Amino acid sequence: MAGLKTFTGKAAGMDRVNVDTDQIIPKQFLKRIEKTGFGQYLFYDWRFLSDGTPNPDFELNQPENAGASILVANENFGCGSSREHAPWALLDYGFKVVIAPSFADIFHQNCLKNGMVPVKLQEAEVRYLLEQTQNQPYELTVSVEDRTVTDSKGFKAEFPLSPYWQTMLVNGWDEIELTLQMEDSIVNYEESAR
Amino acid sequence: MGKTIIEKLWENHIVHQEEGKPDLLYIDLHLVHEVTSPQAFSGLRMKNRSVRRPDRTFATVDHNVPTVNRFTITDPVAQNQMETLRKNCQEFGITLADIDSPEQGIVHVIGPELGLTKPGMTIVCGDSHTSTHGAFGSLAFGIGTSEVEHVLATQTLWQAKPKTLKVQIDGELGEGVLAKDVILYVLAKHGVNFGTGHIIEYCGSVIENMTMEERMTVCNMSIEGGAKAGLVAPDDTTIEYLRGRKYVPAGEEFEALSTQWKKLASDEDAVYDKEIHIDGSEIAPMVSWGTNPGQTAPVTGRVPFLNECKTENDKRAVESALAYMGFSEGQKISDIEIQKVFIGSCTNSRLEDLRMAAEIAKGRKVHKGVQAIVVPGSQAVKVLAEAEGLDQIFLEAGFEWRDSGCSMCLSMNADVVPAGEHCASTSNRNFEGRQGAGARTHLVSPAMAAAAAVHGRFVDVRKLEAAEAVH
Repeated sequence: MAGLKTFTGKAAGMDRVNVDTDQIIPKQFLKRIEKTGFGQYLFYDWRFLSDGTPNPDFELNQPENAGASILVANENFGCGSSREHAPWALLDYGFKVVIAPSFADIFHQNCLKNGMVPVKLQEAEVRYLLEQTQNQPYELTVSVEDRTVTDSKGFKAEFPLSPYWQTMLVNGWDEIELTLQMEDSIVNYEESAR
Repeated sequence: MGKTIIEKLWENHIVHQEEGKPDLLYIDLHLVHEVTSPQAFSGLRMKNRSVRRPDRTFATVDHNVPTVNRFTITDPVAQNQMETLRKNCQEFGITLADIDSPEQGIVHVIGPELGLTKPGMTIVCGDSHTSTHGAFGSLAFGIGTSEVEHVLATQTLWQAKPKTLKVQIDGELGEGVLAKDVILYVLAKHGVNFGTGHIIEYCGSVIENMTMEERMTVCNMSIEGGAKAGLVAPDDTTIEYLRGRKYVPAGEEFEALSTQWKKLASDEDAVYDKEIHIDGSEIAPMVSWGTNPGQTAPVTGRVPFLNECKTENDKRAVESALAYMGFSEGQKISDIEIQKVFIGSCTNSRLEDLRMAAEIAKGRKVHKGVQAIVVPGSQAVKVLAEAEGLDQIFLEAGFEWRDSGCSMCLSMNADVVPAGEHCASTSNRNFEGRQGAGARTHLVSPAMAAAAAVHGRFVDVRKLEAAEAVH
């Protein structure tokens, strides 16, 4: 996984609460055995009409949101199923960062494991960002090193990120590799627990 | 200061602890199914890694399996996913309860049934309803596929310690009020993210009086409140349930374990980060009307009016739910007509669930125009139910009697609710499109689902005879 220090990209707003992982990637697309190729099905039931053509009312189909790589969402984003296909679909579509006032726990964890940054901001800050994304292209810079989100108009907000995950994201490290180096501790535990 | 069971379980599993890092926890049991595992196994293969403890790993197929003609899988992509699990289990030496095994079933039904699930354990699975196993006083939670790979390779997980939340339900439940109603009531009252960042301990007289199967129903839907896990302290009910099960030691070892298990209970002076108290006698049979499990009302109630919404976000959620469900504000629950009934899922597909549904179905008929299916949670449940004649009761009443699997809970197989139809479902999620594109799900107890099948609309199980007199 490539490290991610600072990222600048176009932000798209999705002002809906409790967006669940069944919406992010509907179950009929979970049968692939690869991690790739899920982007085409992202938000499928909202993004496409029943005849398969793009839904003109859907947020991501608005011309100003074409090529967006930062998703600004609302509270409890990613609730429901543990399917990691949700962050895979967001990543495959082109998103590197999701900003919301709150995330469901498993989704939050799944993002981090895939090098996608879940940015938790205050409700008022998210409200400002959602307004900025309305009807116009809008760019944001997310710094993992500084834990900040900034725009060109002077907006600046800090977000929480544990030092552990900050290091993992910035360096793009493989967590399993790190854990395997702790073999002795694992063996010790297994022996003492028996 | 005393400790909660949550803290005890956590501390018992710490492999490594270091300032500024999450804790490295040991995982005692890893359950695996076909949908969230293929990418984890290919990850291992790419890095030439092995499964550290195949003996602590157990797999089954449940999400994709057909519930009729189960050996004829027509979807080649689903077939490939099951075949992939088969090959992975063979290559990495993992026990698999395959489609032709008498032990096959929904992963959260067979774990407890086989006695794989035991008190004091850490249990994970690439499935959010892993919280079910918490009913046994284990720390059980759902994980993503990257974490599945991590557990396969290391038998551990890096986890930041969640906060503790006590949900105490006292008093007594009324007649006709089931475990499903209890958890739906909690969600209706406290919303779908009251548990975010927390592990719940359920306690109080209502929980103490529950059977293990009822406790599983409650713990199962902890994730619907956003909690990482939900659990109940082990007691005599837990111990008696486990005695004699396949993967549970027998004799003196069992007695010794039982004593240890009981010590896990929270100390009397333990302090929780948050507490919720509920009076069980206030709970009525519940029906979800919206598109998240918190959008639920008593069967005697109605859908809200928009001007009752407390926040802008709440209003937005209600508006979009009403539009999706085809309801107007203030719609009465008892006026909702249903076309499909699903009795099954890891929430409500165990023997007691089927008995409660059969009790209602007995001597009655499924309403004209309603399709009702009963999907036992495991092949073992199916055999037990048939031994006591439940299948005959359902069949005579016009229900379909199927083979085990996740089925219409998430409709990855052929069991789908058509667009626009309303389904009384004993499952756990009423999300948009969950049971099929445009499908309208109502979460209910097994008794309420059976009653809805008979009447073609929601009726109060507490007044069933009276309701029949009217129709």
